[in-house]
Amino acid sequence: MAEVARATGRLDVAEDSVQDACVVAVQQWAAGRVPRDPQAWLIGVARHKALDRLRREARRPAKEATGAAEATGPAGGAIGPARSADEDLWLIYLCCHPALRPEARVALTLRAVGGLTTAEIAAAFLVPEATMAKRLTRAKNKIRDSGLALAMPQADLLQTRTADVLRVVYLIFSEGHQASSGDDLLRPDLCVAGVNLARGLAARLPRDPEVLGLLALLLLTDARRAARTDDAGDLVLLEEQDRTRWDQAMIADGEGLLVEALRMGQPGPYQLWAAIAACHSTAASAAATDWRQISVLYGELLTYDPSPVTEANRAIAVAMAEGPAAGLTILDVVLGHPQLATWPRIHVARADLLARMGRDEEAARAYRTALELEPPAAERRYIQRRLATRDPD
Amino acid sequence: MKYLLLLNRATDALPEPGTPAGQAMLREYTAAVQAMAEAGVLVDCAPLTAVSAATTVRVRDGQPLLTDGPAAELREQVGGYAIIDCPDLDDALKWAAAMPAARDCSVEVRAIVDTGGGHTGSGR
Repeated sequence: MAEVARATGRLDVAEDSVQDACVVAVQQWAAGRVPRDPQAWLIGVARHKALDRLRREARRPAKEATGAAEATGPAGGAIGPARSADEDLWLIYLCCHPALRPEARVALTLRAVGGLTTAEIAAAFLVPEATMAKRLTRAKNKIRDSGLALAMPQADLLQTRTADVLRVVYLIFSEGHQASSGDDLLRPDLCVAGVNLARGLAARLPRDPEVLGLLALLLLTDARRAARTDDAGDLVLLEEQDRTRWDQAMIADGEGLLVEALRMGQPGPYQLWAAIAACHSTAASAAATDWRQISVLYGELLTYDPSPVTEANRAIAVAMAEGPAAGLTILDVVLGHPQLATWPRIHVARADLLARMGRDEEAARAYRTALELEPPAAERRYIQRRLATRDPD
Repeated sequence: MKYLLLLNRATDALPEPGTPAGQAMLREYTAAVQAMAEAGVLVDCAPLTAVSAATTVRVRDGQPLLTDGPAAELREQVGGYAIIDCPDLDDALKWAAAMPAARDCSVEVRAIVDTGGGHTGSGR
């Protein structure tokens, strides 16, 4: 699709044309007429379809005439040989452009780069398909009308734009790993899409340590997916997970990538997150986890991401390394932040610490506060279970 | 592609010419506009008089209705504009960020529809 978009100068036309080409492919290939180079064949058909579309548009006395004019140049040429892997890299930068709304970036990236259908994306984000279709159309119209370049960002913008791309991929994965809404804790489709996007980026930007760091982080985290929920789909805490169900091949991949990234000597937030994930993945048991190292890593992370969420995570690590009282001191300070006071998970963390200190009544109160903040269903069930063990009413 | 940069300001009027604030603003805009001219992207750029001096026209039932003031009372009002011609949105955003208005208030970047012949409003 990147190829056709570049040739026509139009992302919307390219997308429709690739769909048309796939329909033709299904018909012809099913009838036994499979071309020798299916990819080149698809690109060729899609280009033809794109030109047809642009010609039809041009016949209408509308503004789209300019699109056809742009397209006659490169699209007229023959299909070149197999392209190098990074020729389509600009497409993900375009989809993650900061001039687009964050939710549009996520949707567009999944659609145009991740290859998910509009229906699949809508289902993953629990919105009606029509809503998602509208969101995608609006984003594509903006790309066309505002003159966003169908090219890699200029050199001076590259670093911040790469960070924008990584953030979108991370968001896609985290929504899959810990859904922010709905009944299911996990959205495996989004986990897979996030990992695949990160893999694609790492193949194209193998010398960017943060890109490798992100892929390492996603692999190390996703390796635990099978153990993160029980048969009922409820959350299983890290310390209670059956570690034999962790995917050791993925963990090894993630660790290898992390070492490779760290060797480049340019630390960054994704490498730190990955290092934290690695501390968990390589511990033989929950008790053997190096919490002191994790609390140090969170401390370093604060220099890149000085958010109360990071500070809250550090508090939990400190609690594990030095005892619940030390962690609670940090958490109580963080809780003064208005952004966090309404975050159910911090009250759960606080309640867990209070429970460990034997302050059951305060723990129960903190669990109830978390419930009042309407956490996602899987977390709600977890809290209710914890509450039931110390509150027979 | 041509872009219209709408240079917003939060206060109604420009600072008085000759005052230190007025001179500082003039210097900053002169430098920003000069940079655009030197880069060959500048088409036109000018400040607008105060929004309180605006007159809004609406024709209803064939009759022009005049209002003293802007079309909508907003906290941020257009206080000037620039038209630039540059390859893509990223370039336009860079020039927009260099305008003093971006720091003091905001700059809205709007791509201008290419109507081909120069007569405006056709086909839309």
